[in-house]
Amino acid sequence: MASDRIFGLITLITAVAYIAAATQIQTNFFSGEYLPKLFPLLIGCVAAICSLVLIFKPDPDPDWPMARTWGNLLVAVVVLAIYSVMMTPLGFILPTAVAASILSYQISPNAKRAVLAGIGLSLGLFVIFKFVLMLGNVVAYRIPTPAKLWDAFSILIPFVGH
Amino acid sequence: METLANLALGFSVALSPYTLMLAVIGCFIGTIIGALPGLGPSNGVAILIPISFALGLDATAALVLMTAVYYGAMYGGRISSILLNIPGDEPALMTTLDGYPMAKRGEAGNALVLSGAASFVGAFLATIGLILLAPVLARVAFLFGPAEYFALYLLAFCTLGGMASNNQAKSAIAACIGLGIAMIGVDSTSGLPRLTGGNLHLYDGVDFLVAIVGLFAIAELFFFIESHGKGSSIGVVLDKVKIPWTYIRQTIPTMLRASGVGFVAGVLPGAGASLGSFLAYMTEKSIAGEKGGFGTGVPKGVAAPEAGNNAAAGGALVPMLTLGVPGSGTTAVLLALLMTLNITPGPTLFRDNPDVVWGLIASLLIANVVLLIMNVPMVKIFVKILSVPAWILLPGVTMVSTTGIFALTGSYFDLLMLIGFGVLGYFLRKLDVPTVPVILGILLGGNMEDALRRAMTLSDGDPSYLFSSPIAIGLWIAAIAGFVAPMFLRGILKKPQAVSD
Repeated sequence: MASDRIFGLITLITAVAYIAAATQIQTNFFSGEYLPKLFPLLIGCVAAICSLVLIFKPDPDPDWPMARTWGNLLVAVVVLAIYSVMMTPLGFILPTAVAASILSYQISPNAKRAVLAGIGLSLGLFVIFKFVLMLGNVVAYRIPTPAKLWDAFSILIPFVGH
Repeated sequence: METLANLALGFSVALSPYTLMLAVIGCFIGTIIGALPGLGPSNGVAILIPISFALGLDATAALVLMTAVYYGAMYGGRISSILLNIPGDEPALMTTLDGYPMAKRGEAGNALVLSGAASFVGAFLATIGLILLAPVLARVAFLFGPAEYFALYLLAFCTLGGMASNNQAKSAIAACIGLGIAMIGVDSTSGLPRLTGGNLHLYDGVDFLVAIVGLFAIAELFFFIESHGKGSSIGVVLDKVKIPWTYIRQTIPTMLRASGVGFVAGVLPGAGASLGSFLAYMTEKSIAGEKGGFGTGVPKGVAAPEAGNNAAAGGALVPMLTLGVPGSGTTAVLLALLMTLNITPGPTLFRDNPDVVWGLIASLLIANVVLLIMNVPMVKIFVKILSVPAWILLPGVTMVSTTGIFALTGSYFDLLMLIGFGVLGYFLRKLDVPTVPVILGILLGGNMEDALRRAMTLSDGDPSYLFSSPIAIGLWIAAIAGFVAPMFLRGILKKPQAVSD
């Protein structure tokens, strides 16, 4: 019950914010005054109505994971986020090996096996991408300067990165 | 006659050695993808689109490859249903009901071959139906103006929400999330950014491939982390594989009926393969009656949902190709593929790009034959692949998906959005909110808005224009009925639960 109500509340707030943003859409002579706003406003209204329905008629709660699992999921998200920004300065092999190892460990906690899986996946995919699919430019490895590493990492820090 | 000439054109496109090779590769990869638990057809095609795009394949080659993967995944879904009692994707759920009991009785090989044959019959008949029906519908589609298109898109969202979800409000919210995301970016008529929050990365809008891969593949990773990869153990052992001719002969009427039912279900916009296999199974169950023994591992119970499911997969291509409105989650992903290749589905596709359409149809027929040939002798290989443990599979899938997206756009911002969509997908699925309407919204949002805008421009802002033609009114009524009816039919259309050990 509670989760659907919270979800409904979040979508309601989002919908209202969306409607507010839609009224602020810039228009000009070519588009006419209201046409660019019409459809976003409709979407926002439908979403708001449905959110209200959800708040008043919620479904039973799903089985939420336990606190530890939440921690695990958070770690996975952070690992993937760092992986995303490190692809540019470090290239494919090193970030993939590290990220795949950590994710593998999270699914089945066995450190040795996870590291082997990570390294194997990284090298295997490198070979497939480079020599079978001819996408060598995507998976090239790079040796970064500290400045570039910091540049990439700072993307993830609000108000510091770009 | 015209149809035969068109087919000849299609085969001339699709039968070159190169495309044949792509079809075989696609079928092989597709079957593996379908067989692996947690990787359904939508998922698999979604992950492969960025890669095939980065490879620089031309439109026909990419289409042949991806449709082969699509059909292959539909075939492969049954392997894990029968052997592990885990449906590889939602439509395969019905196959577990009789397939798994059959496998437990030691008839795993028979069940696999029989379901392969049923898949072939269903897919083959559906492709024939597609050949006959699509050009007719394409001619009707020329009568569609902006008002009709707007109503048609609405119909797709309503029926999809009605059928796919247990709660109409949730599916409507899902559609709104997708449509809302589709609005982000530079407006095509004014040239001014909309709803970007000033972020330059969002001026191009949100790439639907990022959303699809995130919602399907990355969300799956989170689910596996939550469950620690449980439920991916090997269930039943497969020994000898022979062709069970008697079973196949017995179930021919079942397959034909199920194909018909499935095809019709597939053609309805938004209904899709899950409904096809469900209706086919239920029809056969009621024809067989109490004595039929459905649910205890009868051959008919394996043949019916598989034929229905594959027929629906073919049927779903009809509205997708002729109207640009996909009939299921997977066809939505195929629509994404077409849009990536800069092909706009719709009635003009049949007139302007006959080589693409008929090449696609011919490659469907080819893929079907290849799959039948491949599936009987090679089923053991696919079963071996099923035993890949989750702790290798899921990190691998994640890395392939991120690399695919990175190859496509080369931007860290898209990768971060990919993770964002993964998190969104996790929460939506936890809350029982369907994710397919989100995808459909992102895909169709632009077109739907265009239709509305043109209607408003033509009528000088008069909303009654939207209900001005009989076709439009019919579509509105169907849309409302499709949205409301499942609320009352929920008791009758209750899905049977998977058998438990």
